Amino acid sequence: MANNEHTITIDGTEIHFKAGQTIMDAALSAKIYIPHLCHYPGLTPSGNCRLCVVELNGKHVTACTTQAQFGQQIRNQTPELHAARMAITQMLFVEGNHICPSCEKSGNCKLQAMGYYLGMRDEHYPQFNPRREMDASHPAVLLDRSRCILCDLCVRASREVDGKNVFAIAGRGIHAHLIVNSASGKLGDSDIAVDDVAANICPVGAILIKEKGYVTPIGRRIYDQRMISEVAFDEHVPEHEEHGND
Amino acid sequence: MNQYPNHCVDFYASHVLHRLYEIQHTERHISAESMTRVANEFKMSASQVASVVSFYAFFYPEPVGFYHILFSNCTSCGYQVGQLNLLEKICRLLSVVAGKTRGDGWVSVGETSCIGMCDHGPSMLINGMPLVWLDDERITQISCLISEQKPLEQWPVEWFRVESSIRKHGLLLSETVQPGSSLKKVLASAPQQILNHIIDSGLRGRGGAGFDTGKKWQFCRDSAGEARYVVCNADEGEPGTFKDRVLLENNADALFEGMAICAYVIGAKKGYLYLRGEYRYLLDHLQNVLKRRYAKSLLGQSIVGQAGFDFDIEIVVGAGAYICGEESALIESLEGKPGIPRIRPPFPVTRGYLGQPTVVNNVETLIAAAHIAKNGRDWFKSMGTEESTGSKILSVSGDCRKPGVYEYPYGVSIQQVLDDCEADNVQAVQIGGPAGTMVARKDFSRQISFEDLSTGGSFLVFGENCDLLSVNQNFARFFAHESCGFCTPCRVGTSLLTSSWQKIMDGRATSLDIHEIKQLSALVKRYSHCGLGHTAANHILDSLQQFSERVEKRLTRKTFTPQIDLDAALEAARKMTERNDADAHLE
Amino acid sequence: MTDHKIKIATTSLAGCFGCHMSFLDMDEKLAILSEYIEFNRSPFTDIKHCEPSDIGLIEGGVCTAENVHVLREFRTHCRILVAVGACAITGGVPAMRNYFDLRDCLEEAYLHGAGITNPQIPNDTELPLLLDKVYPVGDVVKIDYFLPGCPPPADAFLQLLLPLLDGKAPQMTGEKLHYD
Repeated sequence: MANNEHTITIDGTEIHFKAGQTIMDAALSAKIYIPHLCHYPGLTPSGNCRLCVVELNGKHVTACTTQAQFGQQIRNQTPELHAARMAITQMLFVEGNHICPSCEKSGNCKLQAMGYYLGMRDEHYPQFNPRREMDASHPAVLLDRSRCILCDLCVRASREVDGKNVFAIAGRGIHAHLIVNSASGKLGDSDIAVDDVAANICPVGAILIKEKGYVTPIGRRIYDQRMISEVAFDEHVPEHEEHGND
Repeated sequence: MNQYPNHCVDFYASHVLHRLYEIQHTERHISAESMTRVANEFKMSASQVASVVSFYAFFYPEPVGFYHILFSNCTSCGYQVGQLNLLEKICRLLSVVAGKTRGDGWVSVGETSCIGMCDHGPSMLINGMPLVWLDDERITQISCLISEQKPLEQWPVEWFRVESSIRKHGLLLSETVQPGSSLKKVLASAPQQILNHIIDSGLRGRGGAGFDTGKKWQFCRDSAGEARYVVCNADEGEPGTFKDRVLLENNADALFEGMAICAYVIGAKKGYLYLRGEYRYLLDHLQNVLKRRYAKSLLGQSIVGQAGFDFDIEIVVGAGAYICGEESALIESLEGKPGIPRIRPPFPVTRGYLGQPTVVNNVETLIAAAHIAKNGRDWFKSMGTEESTGSKILSVSGDCRKPGVYEYPYGVSIQQVLDDCEADNVQAVQIGGPAGTMVARKDFSRQISFEDLSTGGSFLVFGENCDLLSVNQNFARFFAHESCGFCTPCRVGTSLLTSSWQKIMDGRATSLDIHEIKQLSALVKRYSHCGLGHTAANHILDSLQQFSERVEKRLTRKTFTPQIDLDAALEAARKMTERNDADAHLE
Repeated sequence: MTDHKIKIATTSLAGCFGCHMSFLDMDEKLAILSEYIEFNRSPFTDIKHCEPSDIGLIEGGVCTAENVHVLREFRTHCRILVAVGACAITGGVPAMRNYFDLRDCLEEAYLHGAGITNPQIPNDTELPLLLDKVYPVGDVVKIDYFLPGCPPPADAFLQLLLPLLDGKAPQMTGEKLHYD
């Protein structure tokens, strides 16, 4: 019976969780997919994208920031949640400049993959067409803010895994934007390295490694082959000690 | 006798927001070099300082004018006076474009969210100072003085006179507390006894959410921590509220007394008053009150001779961000960061300022606590309703003859307030500001109370001639401007709501657009991170429900209309080609 | 299937005709399909104006005043209007000019660009005027279905058309869904 004290139910399926796990952690361990873009296992959850909102006792909570507690009855796949996730994904598309056919990240992009997963066929909302600054100052890493979805993953990865502090988010409301922590504000003057987790974790094409574009042919890219809902189970940031070795 | 703490005397070195204010004030902007300097001084990263500068509306990366004017854009103290647009007028008179500093660097004009002068007519902040009762003539006079480059000190003093228009004294406002009288009484009892008193009084937070104050203090007292903090939320930013301004001006002693009592109860040694940047002009006054209290040993070490009861209060001034009224955002700001609301739980009572148990209470709540400590719970409970004991102080403004501060027992009807403030032919009242509830005439028997209409104090009256849809437009812009940008539904959704509502205002919207707005509103409400997003669409949903016929009147009968004004989209090309033929236009 | 041929009209606004090429990629299935459909206004037929049709396929975004007129003609005459491909749905690659002011684009192209001999911004009234931005077709008229892809694969066209031939709503599954 002791085991039962560590169970929650998601869409009728009872799953176990370890003490201290969030609903998202527990779901991923049990191979139940809850859509997410700003969450990455191994990093402190943020809760900003809101895709992982689930219904818990009639309330809407983010699975990535809510602790799993015995007996929680969670609904993850409902028409309402699906519609909301679609709308949120469409909002992320129109807020930035996401022109998939011209983007190096296409095929490996999580925002795109989220669209595929949800069956998104149009962007629905009017586009914002923002003018955002591009930063090509670094020899190996490119920052194209047009595609940034403000998920904050690079910010957290740099602080928590790389032990640096390369990125931050500045500005308010719709003017929120990614900034670089260097005197000039340029990536070239920061201490980012090409193998930093922060340089590689971007779910969209905002932070790209240079000279690697289009290396994988169409048809063989990540989300050409698998759904984001499968790929999500394999993700985890490198452990600290591993990172020191490579 | 206690000394006013040194770092409070040397105010501008103590807190990053103050340091940045000082730079903004003297250099009229905060340059990249200044940011680097501040980062070094405060051992922060350059990006952290840049985040702070770009988050708060009163910090600018490019120089503002020697005369920097910010008009309030609130429906009550805003610059739109009937058909007259005061902002447009001054821009015309001074040849300045709103939002851009004039070429010679002398003037800049912009707008800002409500500055809490709603009982003083159209108002502005000029170099941070409120200038009230603006009208056509005053705008002309101001532009003359600016053109003559006359220093503000030589402008008529009465232009800057902010009065405490208390129209109705109730339970709290009719009390006068001798500094220290509550505190001395409290120290005769054990902290838990005092706390029980507060719990029994039924006091609930006056900021609007109505959480049980005694329970909050108890949670904090029971939470393990290395230190505990009392924070007074004096960041009233809800458009239409100004009662805290009046309380800070007239009842600061009672407020600090309330903070000290809370400190005694929860075991805090340190308290903060977080003052909204718009009220910076009250800073000298508040610091003087603090100095007096230190001198009387009502703050500092061994307060009123009680060994071991040490408590300091420091003031931190915000810099233009409505969201900092949310308690966890306020704590972030207190810590010198952008005011982005935290994930809750943990709540501030267990993990607040610097990760330690913290009580955050509204100005009015702390003043009420001070009075309860002195006059007893029964005195407090003698008024109000079962679930809402005591009184509520309202800020009444808009279309009425007597705007000002009114204190009523909880349970007062809207109609009663309207009668008292002499408002006739009222179409609607907005209770609790843009985040609150829009109430139509048929519901004026509803009551101000936690069980019916809860409010932090904003009571906006909209008369017969008011275009309610433009009120919605004003509110929608307010939320888009004040969204912190952290979460997708609020960041993007509030902007989308603004443009969708504009489509209605322009007469281009269809019933399909109304359906869309409803869905979008529900999404923003349900899926946002914090209270700002949860309430940002309330006014739209209220309006669509209560005033649907007005909305329908503005709709076009077409089944679909473009998102954009297509003819306007050709304007740039028409100009460049100097064409104006039929083919150069679109319907 | 219905006893009369389904009338289809197609056009490319600010597009590259890649979606049309992809349509033709159906190869031999096209021969079968042609027993059930006929083309009205389309680059395949050279009919200049759209007549009442069952289905309109729109490729490309809305870039000029003329695009608006064509799109409106399609909306008026087609019972079902489908936005085909990334450009029609989002503006696509032509919409990359939306990052710049129209004036800057035209000045770069006609005044300051390399190798320009007679610098002037074309202003002949015969030329359609450019909109300030390139817009998705759904911003200008109501769209019934969206067929994403750059271009959508030939099979996706079939997935859309076959049910419509049967008078049913197309059930477009996610398998073929691609934005590039």
